[in-house]
Amino acid sequence: MIEARNVTKRYGDALVVDDVTLRLPVGGITSIIGPNGAGKSTLLSMVSRVMPMSSGTVLVDGLDVRTTPGEVLARRLAILRQDNHLTSRLTVRELVTFGRYPHSKGRPTVQDREHVERAIHHMGLDALAERFLDELSGGQRQRAFVAMVLCQDTDYVLLDEPLNGLDLKHSVAMMKQLRTAADTLNKSIVMVLHDLNFASCYSDHLIAMRDGKVAFQGRPEEIMRPDVLRAVYDLDISIQRIDGDWIATHYR
Amino acid sequence: MSAERVAVARRPERTLFILGCVTIGCALLFLLVNAGGQWDFVLPFRGRKLATALLVGYAIAVSTVLFQTVSGNRVLTPAILGFDNLYVLIQTCLLYFLGSGKAASLDPRLLFGVEILIMVAFSAVLYWGLFGGGGRSLHLVLLTGVVLGVLFRSLASFLQRLIDPNEFIFLQDRFFASFNNPDQELLLVSFLLTLGVSIVGFRMLRTFDVLVLGREMSINLGVDHQRTAAIILVLVAILVSVSSALVGPVTFFGLLVSNLAHALVRTYRHALVLPAAALVAGVCLVAGQFILEQVFAFNTNPRVIIEFVGGLVFISMLMRKAPV
Repeated sequence: MIEARNVTKRYGDALVVDDVTLRLPVGGITSIIGPNGAGKSTLLSMVSRVMPMSSGTVLVDGLDVRTTPGEVLARRLAILRQDNHLTSRLTVRELVTFGRYPHSKGRPTVQDREHVERAIHHMGLDALAERFLDELSGGQRQRAFVAMVLCQDTDYVLLDEPLNGLDLKHSVAMMKQLRTAADTLNKSIVMVLHDLNFASCYSDHLIAMRDGKVAFQGRPEEIMRPDVLRAVYDLDISIQRIDGDWIATHYR
Repeated sequence: MSAERVAVARRPERTLFILGCVTIGCALLFLLVNAGGQWDFVLPFRGRKLATALLVGYAIAVSTVLFQTVSGNRVLTPAILGFDNLYVLIQTCLLYFLGSGKAASLDPRLLFGVEILIMVAFSAVLYWGLFGGGGRSLHLVLLTGVVLGVLFRSLASFLQRLIDPNEFIFLQDRFFASFNNPDQELLLVSFLLTLGVSIVGFRMLRTFDVLVLGREMSINLGVDHQRTAAIILVLVAILVSVSSALVGPVTFFGLLVSNLAHALVRTYRHALVLPAAALVAGVCLVAGQFILEQVFAFNTNPRVIIEFVGGLVFISMLMRKAPV
């Protein structure tokens, strides 16, 4: 279980994440939603130790992320942030193989190779495996990075806006692949999403943030309500029930 | 055509082998051509020059590639950030405040040690600039480095003007040793230091590979990024001290060599990129020195040519894509 206690991030006088205490549910997909500047990505970065926190504690299966060796955490928790900039040319397979680094320290075994092939196949990248990343579209590259963190084979996978830059078809495919990963591989996936309806349709649990605090959390039907969303987004959002999903319409 | 390109890209080991052969060929040419029969004099004399050139090439190549890996940028090099000008400044200060008599009586190894300490301290400041406070603007760091480099050089040349001319000659001898009169003592110390750096680096080759993915990805994969970056900067500081001590500052050579090596082997793996860069540097320096001696009869300075070509590469890289 991932537990955040009184986690705070401050830049000078600005409080970006304000004393958040939170337990992330084990298993399934948890989506963090909220307006720009609510501190969603910052919270995710601090939980995954990529960004130091100003104060507070994060425990992953009881291990303090500030004191536990990085290699131990790397076998329990994986994070994918936005804007991954590479200085070298890598093929998709080389990138995905890096996901095995915490296990094999750069000397992949036969089992590691199997993990790599499974992750490539899972993300539908078989035909692209030998291509260089800079020859791929933004969406394909995004899938390659997701394949890499899945290949890391951790219980917890944290994703910062995995749908960024993906078109409708690939967004749906990505969410389905993540749903499969959560259901069949028993992973706990936590992600920041901007698209309310994707969050509502695919998540087991929603966390709504505003002004650096967790404003609401609960199952999609508890969060996808006009009064709750109004308090989060300052916007009148009507909710329709379509084919068993709670769909927000907020375009007018 | 595209398939052919991929085929070339996929075989970095072969490229490395060819590079190795070219290096050996250049070395033999350098040692044997126009020797005039006086082997007992020519071989050790040229051998020392050859060793200096190869060692300097290795130090510059490895320091640049590692520095670029840790800073995640192919335009930055330790030299562009003023590392080797600092070395010259340290040397000058030493002479200015101690005088040549005292400076010469100091143990050169101790001196080298102190210089390296100062270089490491400077790299710590730079480290803070590059990685402290989470991602500072690259342009700011680059600009700061360039300005500091000019400052160091100006300060050094100012002090050099104040020094007694006789002392100045002593100084010039120190850091413009060039390949023509390598100091044996210095060569040995440099070799041992470089060997030490290589042993430390060799054990971390696979960690260096992970750094290519950037700071956040490295942390995600369990690499202690802070510690690794600090180690790399110390290694870089030592290597820059070695190369500056042997031939003085060469601003753009590292940039040239590292980018050539990346273009030739096209892989992220340091186990291949580092040797390739070192071999490219060796070929450039040895072939350059050979042409200089045999064709131009010592009439040109190879550093002028290297700086000219390297400077053009630097400008074209900046023009082609502004670094992110």
